[in-house]
Amino acid sequence: MIEIKDIHKSFGDNNVLRGISARFNSGDNNLIIGGSGSGKTTLLKCMVGLHEPDKGSVLYDGRDFTRMNFEERIEIRKEIGMLFQSSALFDSMTVEENIMFPLNMFTDKKKKEKLERVNFCLERVNLKGTNKLFPSELSGGMKKRVGIARAISMQPRYLFVDEPNSGLDPKTAIVIDELINEITDEYNITTVVVTHDMNSVMGIGESIIFLHNGQKWWEGSNKEIAHTDNRELNDFVFASKFTQAAKEKL
Amino acid sequence: MIFHSLGKYILLLKAVFRKPEKWNIYRKEIIKEMSSIGVGSLGIIAIISVFLGMVTTVQTAFQLVSDLIPKSIIGSIVRDSTILELSPTISAIVLAGKVGSSVASQIGTMRVTEQIDALEIMGINSPGYLILPKIIAAVTMIPLLVIISIGLSIFGGYLAGSLSGAVTPQAYITGLTTDFIPFTVTVCMVKAVIFAFIITSVAAYQGFYTEGGALEVGVSSTRAVVVSCIAILFADYLVAQLLL
Repeated sequence: MIEIKDIHKSFGDNNVLRGISARFNSGDNNLIIGGSGSGKTTLLKCMVGLHEPDKGSVLYDGRDFTRMNFEERIEIRKEIGMLFQSSALFDSMTVEENIMFPLNMFTDKKKKEKLERVNFCLERVNLKGTNKLFPSELSGGMKKRVGIARAISMQPRYLFVDEPNSGLDPKTAIVIDELINEITDEYNITTVVVTHDMNSVMGIGESIIFLHNGQKWWEGSNKEIAHTDNRELNDFVFASKFTQAAKEKL
Repeated sequence: MIFHSLGKYILLLKAVFRKPEKWNIYRKEIIKEMSSIGVGSLGIIAIISVFLGMVTTVQTAFQLVSDLIPKSIIGSIVRDSTILELSPTISAIVLAGKVGSSVASQIGTMRVTEQIDALEIMGINSPGYLILPKIIAAVTMIPLLVIISIGLSIFGGYLAGSLSGAVTPQAYITGLTTDFIPFTVTVCMVKAVIFAFIITSVAAYQGFYTEGGALEVGVSSTRAVVVSCIAILFADYLVAQLLL
C-alpha cells in the first residue's frame, strides 16, 4: 500500500500540487485522472522521487520515502517498476538487454537464470521471440509491452504507469490496460496509473482520484464515476460526444 | 548564474564519483567508451596532427630570414611547440567538437526521452553509470591520442621540410634531438588529462541538465563545445603558468 499525505509542489510561482492526500491499495488498479496540467504526472514523479515535494510525505507500506537518504531510497526503488509515457527503453540495447539490465545491476543470478526470467517476462507480455530486436524496430504498442516486461523483471511490489495509452490505437490501448490489470491481480502489487483515457478509467479503474487545479477533487471507483454530480469531473468524463451519447442512454 | 551552474556541476561530479553499483558492468561500459573515444577519434587526430606539423615547419622556415640562425632550429621549434601546445590543445579542441558534442547529445537525448528517469527509478545512480565510464575512458585515451598526435605532427614537419626544401632531413633531425627537455612531455600529459576531464565532464553536465526536446538537445550540444573550448584554453594558460 502507498499513502501520500498533504503533497505540495511548486515550480516558481506555479503551485502545481496543493495538498494532495490519498491511499493506494495493494492488488488494486489505482488511477490518477485529470485534465492536462492538473498535476497528475507531477504527483506521480513526487511519489517515485523524480521530483522532491515541497511539503508532505510518501509512505511505502509505512516507510517514509521522502525522509530517506540516497542509499535507503535505492532499496525502495528496487521494489518499484515503472512504465513511462514514452516507454523510455534504452536505445542502445536490445529488448533482451533492456529487460536484463536491472537483473544485471542488482542480482547475482547466473546468465541462464537471467535469460529465463527475460523470456518469462516477454512471454507474459506476448512478445516471445523479440529478444534481439532494438527499440527502434518496435511499434508503439510493442515498446509499451517491453516497458512493462522491464518493469516486472525484478518482481516489483509497486508498479507506476504514466499515460499507458498515449499514442496507441484503441485496440492496442485495451490490450495494454488488460495486461496492467492482469499483472496487478496476479502479483498482488500496488499499481498506480496516471491517465486521461476514459477507456482505461471505465475498464480498469477500481480506485480513482480526480485531480483538478492541483487538488484532489473527487475519489471513487469506475462504478461511481458516471453517477457523480461533481461538475468538474462530469466536464472531464463527458467531454467527448461519444461519452455524452453514452450518458444519455444510461 | 555562473556560480549556480558551477555549484550544479560540482554536485553532479560528486554523484558521478559515488561508489558504483556493480564494477563489472561499469568495466564493460568503460571499454566500450574507450573504443568510441580512442579508436573512434584516431582518424581525425591523425589527419590534423600531420597537417599541424607541416604548417608549423613551413611557417617557421618562412620567418627564419637570418642566415645566422641554423635551419636545424626548425626541428626544435616544431618539437617544442607540438609537445607543449599544438598537440594537446588543438587535439583537445577538435575532440571537444567530436567527443564533447556526442556525449552531450547522447546524454541529452536520454534525458528528454525519460531514459535517465528510468535509470533512477531502477535505483541506479544515473550520473555514475552514464558519466563515470566516459570520464575514465577519456582520461585514459586522450593522453594516448596526444602522444600519437605528437609523433605524427613531428613526422608531418619532417615531410613538409623535405618536400619543400625548407629544411634538410638531417638538419630537421638534428634540431629534434638538440636541447630536448623531457619535462615538456610531463606538462603535455598533465594538459591532456585535464583537457580530457573537461571535455567529458562539461559535455556530460550540459547533456544531463537538458530540458525540453530535440531542439534543446542541439542547444546543449553546441553549448558543450563552446564551454569546453573556453575551459580548455583557460586550463591551458593555468597549467602553463603553474608548471613552466
